[in-house]
Amino acid sequence: MIKVEGVTKRYARFTAVDNVSFEVGKGQIVGFLGPNGAGKTTTMRILTCFLPPSEGKASVAGFDVLEQPMEVKRRIGYLPETPPLYPDMEVGEYLDFVGKLKGLRGNDLAKRISETSDKVNIGDVRNKLIAKLSKGYRQRVGIAQALLHNPDVLILDEPTSGLDPKQILETRDLIKGLAGDHTIILSTHILPEVESTCERVVIISKGKLVATDTVDNLTNRMRGSENVGVEVESVEGTLDTKAVQRRLEQVSGVSKVVLREEKNNRANFEVESLQGRSIRADLARAVVEGGFALTELKAAGMSLEDVFLQLTSADQPESDKSEKGESA
Amino acid sequence: MSNILAIAQKELKSYFVSPIAYALLAIYALISGWFSLIAIANFIEMSMQGQGPADLNGYVIAPIVSNAAVLSLFLIPMITMRLFAEEKRTGTIELLLTSPVTDMEIILGKWLAAMGMYGAIMGIKLLCLSFVFMFGNPDWRPLATAYLGMFLQGGALLSIGMFISNTTKNQIVAGATTFGMCLLFWTFDWATTFKADGWAKVLAYLSLTAHFSSFTRGVIDTKDAIYFISVIVLGIFLTARSLESLRWRA
Ligand SMILES: Nc1ncnc2c1ncn2[C@@H]1O[C@H](COP(=O)(O)OP(=O)(O)O)[C@@H](O)[C@H]1O
Ligand SMILES: [Mg+2]
Repeated sequence: MIKVEGVTKRYARFTAVDNVSFEVGKGQIVGFLGPNGAGKTTTMRILTCFLPPSEGKASVAGFDVLEQPMEVKRRIGYLPETPPLYPDMEVGEYLDFVGKLKGLRGNDLAKRISETSDKVNIGDVRNKLIAKLSKGYRQRVGIAQALLHNPDVLILDEPTSGLDPKQILETRDLIKGLAGDHTIILSTHILPEVESTCERVVIISKGKLVATDTVDNLTNRMRGSENVGVEVESVEGTLDTKAVQRRLEQVSGVSKVVLREEKNNRANFEVESLQGRSIRADLARAVVEGGFALTELKAAGMSLEDVFLQLTSADQPESDKSEKGESA
Repeated sequence: MSNILAIAQKELKSYFVSPIAYALLAIYALISGWFSLIAIANFIEMSMQGQGPADLNGYVIAPIVSNAAVLSLFLIPMITMRLFAEEKRTGTIELLLTSPVTDMEIILGKWLAAMGMYGAIMGIKLLCLSFVFMFGNPDWRPLATAYLGMFLQGGALLSIGMFISNTTKNQIVAGATTFGMCLLFWTFDWATTFKADGWAKVLAYLSLTAHFSSFTRGVIDTKDAIYFISVIVLGIFLTARSLESLRWRA
């Protein structure tokens, strides 16, 4: 549905987007992830025909953004970083104008306005001045604006930025509900947003593509070896931590066991597996068969946050990396 | 065409929800009422001195019309300053430029709305003038051509003002620059007071006054009409180019 091939965008001599390629399939919801200044907005502006690429090709639904911008624009709904609202218009009036811009007229227009208003829940503010709306409502009117002509593709630039936690959850749910009918790209610099909303992720940093994969694959790929936290208690009497550690080390597939904490006959170990080995079941059995009580067993897999830091800090100085290693 | 109208309609509405339109109309009504009063008083005095009524067209309508032309120098910047500057400042330009409408439709829509606002203000003038028709029986033709002239001149300045509004995000800067431009165009022919050939002639040709005066005399000179239409086209062309370059540089 969306195809970006070797797109580069230069502002004067500064390269904001550098040879980026990725594809988005029909009905997918893709997170476009990167720190501030990574080039997310620039890439989105290229896809929406607001800016032409300096090099490379981008197409939406098979139409090139440079050669057939009208066809592209007809198929795209775009929510820029700041919702493009006219404060001195009423919500209904605004949607009417946007609908006309998108080529809707008459009954179609009225129908789409009421359907969209229901979908994003702004029916109750239709006669309110946009200037008087709360931030959350403005964002929803912004989303309504993008949805109005029922476009195949939705491009949402940081749709949850500046909202309060409750509004963020509402907006994410709304976006998730739109997937399937629409192909969606949403940009964000917040990792949990991608984990909770998107199927796939495209990561860019300093204008360059860092990774593109499904959210699950990416965390798996980065994980490589498994980290498991094991908490053990003695069944009676004092706990022999050395004995526990020895038992854990004997489990096949374990590469390293570290005692993290020991208190009141209870010990916490961090166990690392060999590359690609799953060890949790064996660990549990080993502990129990050794006559100890297993009180907790949890996978300490990498969050997308760790993945992201690891990927984007690859070219950073060593000291920087070890710092991040600790927090991981 | 219906895209142009949709944009023009939105733009016109935005004049009337802001206090600008009402302030403009009120101030204009006041000033032009005052000017009309002076002109009429002047006419009455002239009539009393001479034998029978003086020339209504010469003493009343002509001064009112030429005052209107001067007043429009102040109106034009206020009408055009926000056209694009405000959309660029608030980011709504992104909505316009990513919607399936052409740049030319956006530009023409905005220019038409500006013309509409200008027309509304000129309508007030017509109201003042209608009193003259109640009192006397002046020739209506010079008035009609003067109105045509005012629309052409207004269209030309609005189109240049629209271009200037597209070069900045700040509507105050746009307004001030446009005012300066209008004044320059208005006074170019002063150059001829100290030099009668060469560049002074070129400047004089560019001056609005030179092209406008024929209209106040009840004449439609095609040369003058072509001058104004060329400036309108030039302004629209420049706006289109600068909208395009906004895309390339942005
Ligand atoms: N109009 C512009 N002129 C010059 N530089 C720009 C312009 N717009 C963005 N940039 C620069 O391009 C880089 C990428 O910006 P942007 O695409 O907005 O990043 P993001 O949306 O990921 O935060 C930034 O360093 C920004 O300063
Ligand atoms: Mg951005």
